[in-house]
Amino acid sequence: MPKRIIAGIQRVGHSTIEGIRRLGHATRFFLLVLLKSGTSLRRFNLVIRELFYVGVLSLIIIVVSGLFVGMVLGLQGYETLQKYGSESAVGTLVALSLVRELGPVVAALLFASRAGSAITAEIGLMKATEQLSAMGMMAVDPVARVVAPRFWAGVISMPLLAAIFSVMGVFGGYLVAVVFIGVDAGSFWSQMQSNVDFRIDILNGFIKSCFFGVAVTAIAVFEGYDSPPTAEGVSGATTRTVVTSSLVILGLDFILTAFMFRGL
Amino acid sequence: MSSETLVEISDLNFSYNTRRILNGVNMSMNRGQVIAIMGGSGSGKTTLLKLIGGEITPSSGYVKVSGQVIHELSRDALFAMRRKMGMLFQFGALFTDLSVFDNVAFQMREHTNLPESMIRDLVLMKLHAVGLRGAHHLMPAELSGGMARRVALARSIALDPMLIMFDEPFTGLDPISLSVIGSLIRRLTDALEMTSVIVTHDVQESLSIVDYVYFIADGVIAAHGTPDDVRASKAPFVHQFVHGETDGPVPFHYPAQTYLKDLQLEKTVA
Repeated sequence: MPKRIIAGIQRVGHSTIEGIRRLGHATRFFLLVLLKSGTSLRRFNLVIRELFYVGVLSLIIIVVSGLFVGMVLGLQGYETLQKYGSESAVGTLVALSLVRELGPVVAALLFASRAGSAITAEIGLMKATEQLSAMGMMAVDPVARVVAPRFWAGVISMPLLAAIFSVMGVFGGYLVAVVFIGVDAGSFWSQMQSNVDFRIDILNGFIKSCFFGVAVTAIAVFEGYDSPPTAEGVSGATTRTVVTSSLVILGLDFILTAFMFRGL
Repeated sequence: MSSETLVEISDLNFSYNTRRILNGVNMSMNRGQVIAIMGGSGSGKTTLLKLIGGEITPSSGYVKVSGQVIHELSRDALFAMRRKMGMLFQFGALFTDLSVFDNVAFQMREHTNLPESMIRDLVLMKLHAVGLRGAHHLMPAELSGGMARRVALARSIALDPMLIMFDEPFTGLDPISLSVIGSLIRRLTDALEMTSVIVTHDVQESLSIVDYVYFIADGVIAAHGTPDDVRASKAPFVHQFVHGETDGPVPFHYPAQTYLKDLQLEKTVA
């Protein structure tokens, strides 16, 4: 067999083993973060500080995107539904699309690029500038003091941001369908009210966004903590956070949807 | 000055993967002394500090700090020990999201239950000792390199440690900041009766403030003595290092095959 083919197979094997090793490493790190979350719960002001950076500062992008996604949904939904004379169902279409799918998924994708990348870059740079080592030498555990508060802040803010995204989306759909196009406001809202179920739609959407919050933030803190302490190491880790989170969000979404809505 | 031994290093070996970094190092450091560890880049100086701080575990041998073997301590005991140690990182490693005041107050808030009014007084006293009381409200990004190093020094003495380790404290400083840091290290060591270990390759500044010098080369102690011994030393390595000569026992060239061969001017034997 030519040498090149053997080398190719070796590379595949090597990267597979390396990938599995990293996955194991990440899982252990995730458990370590959970184990060391006591400090975050005892000193909740540490988490509140991070909630501001992770959650509040992500609000603008979430609000604006939610509004536009809802407006597009209203426009597209109206165009299609009016062919069948059922344009009053546009409220249901907008609300169900947002609450079940687009709210949690798009909000999580935006959250990964806005907050996830920031968390990775911050922790990575703290590592590169020896701030984490310095903290360890001061007998303060960096996982408990730096990583865990950011993790919990992300987990808490994700479902809230997804909810805000959906609300803004519904409002955007209302603006386009009712205010601009002139669909009857009564049927817009009443159809939405009768067709959106709290447990099946809203609660499941909420559960989805909780899963995404854990996944995105866990990836972000791990990539930051694990990044090589150099400029290109931190930039690579930041990119990996966004790419891996996005793939995990979409993959998880399929699995969760299959479990939640199959046969409904 | 008392002659009580605070740090004892015995037959210390450390390897990274298969590369030997430290090879049978013995040292002893007394309370109240300023000790310099000198050596070229990559000679294992910083590794030695990490071993004293318990960040890494030796392959064999031990480091004892105030009678306790560092790598045998449990995690809690190690953290308790580290509260009595300070470390000044090469570029200060200040927490960039905290102000100068909060950086110095960090350990007090984490490890003590002191009321905020007392923390305020203590922080201002520590900052006063390094001459930066007036800069307490600044953020680390607003400080010059020398000022950042002084804040880091104030932070490392926050809990009045018995041992402070300095990783290259003089690198990248202008001559004034350099002597300020040097004299601060000496004065604080005397005032707090602690032990200071300085890893450095700045010969002139360190010889003027230290009590004892160890030279490390290739993972072993090449020479040691008081600053006067070192200045007068005829040992080839020490002489080359102290006088900054380009060639000597430490060669200018990284090991390589012959120059002719590299330039493909020499016929290889078939």
